Amino acid sequence: MAPVLEIRRLQKRFGGVAAVADAALDLQQGELLSIIGPNGAGKTTLFNLVSGLDRPDAGSVRLFGQEVTGAAAERLAGLGLARTFQHGRVFGNLSVLDNVLVGAHARLRAVRPSVPVLGPLLELGLAAIRPRAVRAEEAALREDALRIIALFGERLMPRLDHPAFSLSYANRRRVEIARALALHPRLLLLDEPTAGMNETETAEMQEVVAGLKRSGLTILLIEHKLEMVMRLSDRVIVMDNGRRIAEGLPQAVRHDPAVIEAYLGHREAGRAREPAQGTVP
Amino acid sequence: MGGAWFDYTVNGFVIGNIYALLAVGLALIYGVANLVNFAHGSVYVVGAYVGWAAITYLGTPLPVTLLCVVVVSALVGVGIERIGLRPLHGSSRIAPLLATIGIALVLDQVVQLLFTPDPRAVPMQVPEWRIAIGGGTVGALDLLIAGIGLISAVVLYGFLRFTKLGWAVRATAQDSDAAQQMGVDVNRVNMAVFAIASALSGVSGVLVGMYYNQISTAMSFEATLKGIVALIIGGLGNVPGAIAGSLILGLTESYGIALFGTSYRNLFAFVLLIAMLVWRPNGLFAARRSLPPEPMTGTFIARSRPVVVPRWAVVAVIALAALLPLAGQPYVLQIGANSLMYAMLALSLTLVAGTVGQVSLGHAALLAIGGYASGLLAMDAGWPVALSIPMAGLVTAALGTLLVFPAFRLTGHYVSIATLGIGEIVALVILNWTGLTRGAIGLGGIPPLEVFGLDLGSVEGTYWLCLAVLVLLALLQLRLLRSHLGRTWRAIRDDPVAARSYGVSGDRYKALAFGFGGFAAGISGAITAHAYSYINHETFGASISILALTMVILGGLGNVLGAVLGATLLIALPEAFRFLAEYRILIYGIVLLLLIRFRPQGLMGTV
Repeated sequence: MAPVLEIRRLQKRFGGVAAVADAALDLQQGELLSIIGPNGAGKTTLFNLVSGLDRPDAGSVRLFGQEVTGAAAERLAGLGLARTFQHGRVFGNLSVLDNVLVGAHARLRAVRPSVPVLGPLLELGLAAIRPRAVRAEEAALREDALRIIALFGERLMPRLDHPAFSLSYANRRRVEIARALALHPRLLLLDEPTAGMNETETAEMQEVVAGLKRSGLTILLIEHKLEMVMRLSDRVIVMDNGRRIAEGLPQAVRHDPAVIEAYLGHREAGRAREPAQGTVP
Repeated sequence: MGGAWFDYTVNGFVIGNIYALLAVGLALIYGVANLVNFAHGSVYVVGAYVGWAAITYLGTPLPVTLLCVVVVSALVGVGIERIGLRPLHGSSRIAPLLATIGIALVLDQVVQLLFTPDPRAVPMQVPEWRIAIGGGTVGALDLLIAGIGLISAVVLYGFLRFTKLGWAVRATAQDSDAAQQMGVDVNRVNMAVFAIASALSGVSGVLVGMYYNQISTAMSFEATLKGIVALIIGGLGNVPGAIAGSLILGLTESYGIALFGTSYRNLFAFVLLIAMLVWRPNGLFAARRSLPPEPMTGTFIARSRPVVVPRWAVVAVIALAALLPLAGQPYVLQIGANSLMYAMLALSLTLVAGTVGQVSLGHAALLAIGGYASGLLAMDAGWPVALSIPMAGLVTAALGTLLVFPAFRLTGHYVSIATLGIGEIVALVILNWTGLTRGAIGLGGIPPLEVFGLDLGSVEGTYWLCLAVLVLLALLQLRLLRSHLGRTWRAIRDDPVAARSYGVSGDRYKALAFGFGGFAAGISGAITAHAYSYINHETFGASISILALTMVILGGLGNVLGAVLGATLLIALPEAFRFLAEYRILIYGIVLLLLIRFRPQGLMGTV
């Protein structure tokens, strides 16, 4: 079976800086692969290249066995790729429920017939007339969205109608993940899902991600909190200066001198080995 | 022949220099305040009139005239920054841009009330000799304008490069937060920049007055537009780019006139604008664009929760409105019908600007397309009015969407500039396509409103028709907003990048919004055309676009009931207080400014 995601020799430069230089990875069905590395290592740029928000200068991306290098984000969403954003990009004036429903946009069928040229006009007409099939689809999506929001329990359920701008930072991150799940993704890219969360919130999020993994979802995770990375990951890739500097099982990567050096700088590399048992590299 | 081309070149350079005085200021302001200043042309008019007043009343010699212009214009600039813009710090991104539009309305009206709208001649203060060079000639005024342009550029360069305040300006332009952290007084920098930019704009105004030997309050809008075109050519915020862009624009216009005639002058400028926005939105000299930074949440429109109006109240108001003709007040009905026609336009704009976040400044062009389409179908093709009006709606939906299509990839301020340019292009095409539109003569004798034999030409008939159409359009729009389209449109507005990542194609849904909005606006324009029986290329001008935007903001961006309320209030209130009629536009400007400052969510709340 072809890997879910296959990246080869991917490159992206901004001006004179190589944000991603020669990235490569394979992600298998049901696997959770974490990408770690210091700030500016090129992790988020890699996500942008994979999810179609930025075009690579060179290299190739294959998704579910299809060549998708440089494909538009809209198309990739249609193929079953969902992502969250590092700093949170919820739709501020939309309610929690509507945010999640937008996540299901790529799954709309009845109201978005795939007819060339006339498709958009039919969509406008169907949205106005709302025949039974369209109403049924909308009701099903709503039910599905509620089921997904319920994963976050009391955090989001009482706030279904609240506009996203009124939510706490942590709740916005939850809404983002719920929105991503509403796409029914075959590959989920999570960009620092616990950024800005306290310990309790981080532990909750870790449970959620663990649950997603158990359900068989393939996940690519960027995360700074190494404890979470160590617990959840099947494999870990370490990036620095746009390159992969290490790859392997979580425990092996953690003790790799190149990784310690990248995180702590050259001189610290020797000293850092002892407290490496701790939670911070 | 060579001499003529030499003259066109000189003319192009002179006009380019005048544009440069405008565009450099716009670039500086964009640099430090991240704002396209739509009041810039108004300061230019203030400069022109101050110069005229100084020469006429005080008999000042040229250097003193220029000094007066510089001082007064700079003070106006400081006032704009201090009173109009500084209080808006931290509000939504579109607020300062809308505020400058309000300031422009106020300034233009104040000048007009002080000096009357009649054009005036500025006495020539430069000797009339001309030097013959290679078959063409160069006059003293040409040299003066070139000289002032050059000196301004050198002084500005020196200021930015060698003075402490100049460094502060450049630091603020690069990163205003960081500059503030390092102890730069950003407010002072903004004020200085507005003073400098406005002084240059004022000087430009008085020089233009001398060059064409005529000034009028109507010059303001065109000056703003030309400055913006030059700015876009050079790249927003790029000062040397603005100078180069101005010269390119001046020469393009001058050669364009040489080849095609004067009436095409502005068409060239706006086509150049749209071409730049489509192909090089960051200007001729900029590097490639990169992904916009990730916002925390949507910051586009003021956050609010809309006012909930119970359904029975809406039904009651509609019923009362339907009974209004029974009161037997034809004058009130006339105003009512007018309000309803504007309400259809506001409905369309609140969808496009509010729900989808594409703040269109050229929306009145859709009225023009609808009016001409229905008028021509009825007059030249002999269609019955009852068919020509809905057809005009469809034509406007299609044409409007196609025209704005190139601007779909733009965001924020760029959309406003592009739609403004597209609106002007539509008016200019109507003026110049004489074979179809009868050009400047306009369409006269448009058949009156009737539905298959039922005459609606009376005031009551027009009113009832407008009310029925408005209610239908509003219900349809509400229904669409409650479908998946509503959330999809608003998602595009709040965060286009995140929307794309979830499979929402911006082009498709913007096109649907412009299509439906174009339909409503086209119907409004068509009904207006049949009700007025005469329209021309100026009937639906830029001032109507701005008025519609004021209505939509007054009601609450995206709010359907708000759009109707805003239109009714802004059309009916000035009529109710007849003694205010003269100050009507001034009132619109002040309403716009007060709203942006104190109630950005409008009366009914944004949706």
